Amino acid sequence: MQLPVYMDHAATTPCDPRVVEAMLPYFTQTFGNPGSRNHSFGWEAEAGVDAARQQVADLIGADRKEIIFTSGATESNNLAIKGAASMYAKGPAGTEKRGHIITAMHEHKAVLDPCKRLQKEGFDVTYLAPGKDGLITAKMIEEAMREDTILVTIMWANNELGTINEIPEIGKLCHDRGVVFHTDATQWVGKMPTDVTRDNVDLLSMSGHKIYGPKGVGALYVRRRKPRIRLTAIQEGGGQERGFRSGTLNVPGIVGLGKACELCAAEMDDERERLLALRKKIESAITSQLDTVQVNGHADKRLPNMTNISFGFVEGESMMMAIKEIAVSSGSACTSASLEPSYVLKALGIGDDLAHSSLRISMGRYTTEDQIDYAIEKIVAAVKKLRDLSPLYDMHNEGIDITKIEWQAH
Amino acid sequence: MAYGDKVIDHYENPRNVGSFGTQKEIKADKNVGVGLVGAPECGDVMQLQIKVNEQGTIEDAKFKCFGCGSAIASSSLATEWLKGKTLDEGLTIKNTQIVEELSLPPVKIHCSVLAEDAIRAAISDYKSKNGIESEAAHAH
Ligand SMILES: Cc1ncc(COP(=O)(O)O)c(C=O)c1O
Repeated sequence: MQLPVYMDHAATTPCDPRVVEAMLPYFTQTFGNPGSRNHSFGWEAEAGVDAARQQVADLIGADRKEIIFTSGATESNNLAIKGAASMYAKGPAGTEKRGHIITAMHEHKAVLDPCKRLQKEGFDVTYLAPGKDGLITAKMIEEAMREDTILVTIMWANNELGTINEIPEIGKLCHDRGVVFHTDATQWVGKMPTDVTRDNVDLLSMSGHKIYGPKGVGALYVRRRKPRIRLTAIQEGGGQERGFRSGTLNVPGIVGLGKACELCAAEMDDERERLLALRKKIESAITSQLDTVQVNGHADKRLPNMTNISFGFVEGESMMMAIKEIAVSSGSACTSASLEPSYVLKALGIGDDLAHSSLRISMGRYTTEDQIDYAIEKIVAAVKKLRDLSPLYDMHNEGIDITKIEWQAH
Repeated sequence: MAYGDKVIDHYENPRNVGSFGTQKEIKADKNVGVGLVGAPECGDVMQLQIKVNEQGTIEDAKFKCFGCGSAIASSSLATEWLKGKTLDEGLTIKNTQIVEELSLPPVKIHCSVLAEDAIRAAISDYKSKNGIESEAAHAH
């Protein structure tokens, strides 16, 4: 087996070679600017973009006119949230009480930070706390709705937990109340069946590099009928993408995104079953071979490809060191200096100690059962080794409640 | 993050891991000094134990550590350095020496500070168990 083993597909995925192959001609041969109306170079590039637009639309049940190409989910979220807030604001810039927005505490930063910006610009934002299972339900949204609510933005599946929110139900509620509904579907799209019409979504963000497409390209779905959603553009210039997003199109990237969508659509059903079996295998092996571990988030309402597990009495960074042959993500954002436990796990009420020692394991198209077996073996051995070293595990086994000790925070 | 060779060596082959008994036993044992420092929510807890003979020499030392690789290495190194020293000599071990020996980067200096705290706490625990006057409480 080639080491290290990649198990961080929620962070990014490799490009599928079929995607790369589809893109290649668009760098050197079909290199035209799709905005060039006067010659075949432009027309051919435009044909490539059109085909990709259709492939993206087909994956999510949209019309191709409803797809706006962007540089990725971060940009899509910014455009959707800031663009909708500005368009549907109840007062002009510089005033207060411009409208109410509902989101959740454990959204991606690419949603939270635009919301924080809007707060500074006169909007009110509610950050809902998820349940202990990590879910945001339609009921929670309903209770948070106000007379002046203009936008709800709730991710489809959480990027650290894989938990799946009640998107169709929330969408229905928003439609009944005439509130715009955006979902960051970066982790959901391509893995799970999506139909923006059936699922009542108005605005949907997605990204190429999470679905075996290239980095630096993504899309925003903008509903055109029932209701027609309008946005204020953020990036202005040449008026591309019907004025929603100016700038010469990233043609090879867009073609790659299209191909990636086509492949996901074709392989989704088999892939979902396969990954779910792997996820169940790793979860049941780890929870049966080790005590004091917990799988975070709802038991079933989770994506098939990822699991987030907390290990009591071991520290996250030493854990990462012990399993350096497998590339996973740790539950603390302590890439270097800041030992901040993940705000997502905190939002679920998971204590700092457990949040520090959590792993997100995310599998993908090329993950094999052998790799899963290897990961199980490494993780179990690492936890055992670190627990042999852990004074906290000793205390726990001697019946001492470590939360009752007076620790000196430093 | 990249770790230095010495940190990796201590992490992979930690020296003197263990305890001279259960929490209850080590608390009662007059020959043993225990230093427990750090906090779980900060991501480091060190437990350092010294066994002192009648001549006042640290004849054995053991540690357990919940923490990153650098914290494990710092406490492992501390046990190596403590063995054979008198209590007063033990108190001369400085965190800067640990930093130097393990080539700890700036973000990991707190691990060496914690190890020094653990040494001081273990020695002062031994002294108080045995009615020996301790120097003024050491605070960081
Ligand atoms: C839920 C979610 N939203 C947004 C992003 C950002 O996507 P991009 O890297 O395409 O900007 C990510 C990926 O990090 C994500 O997981």
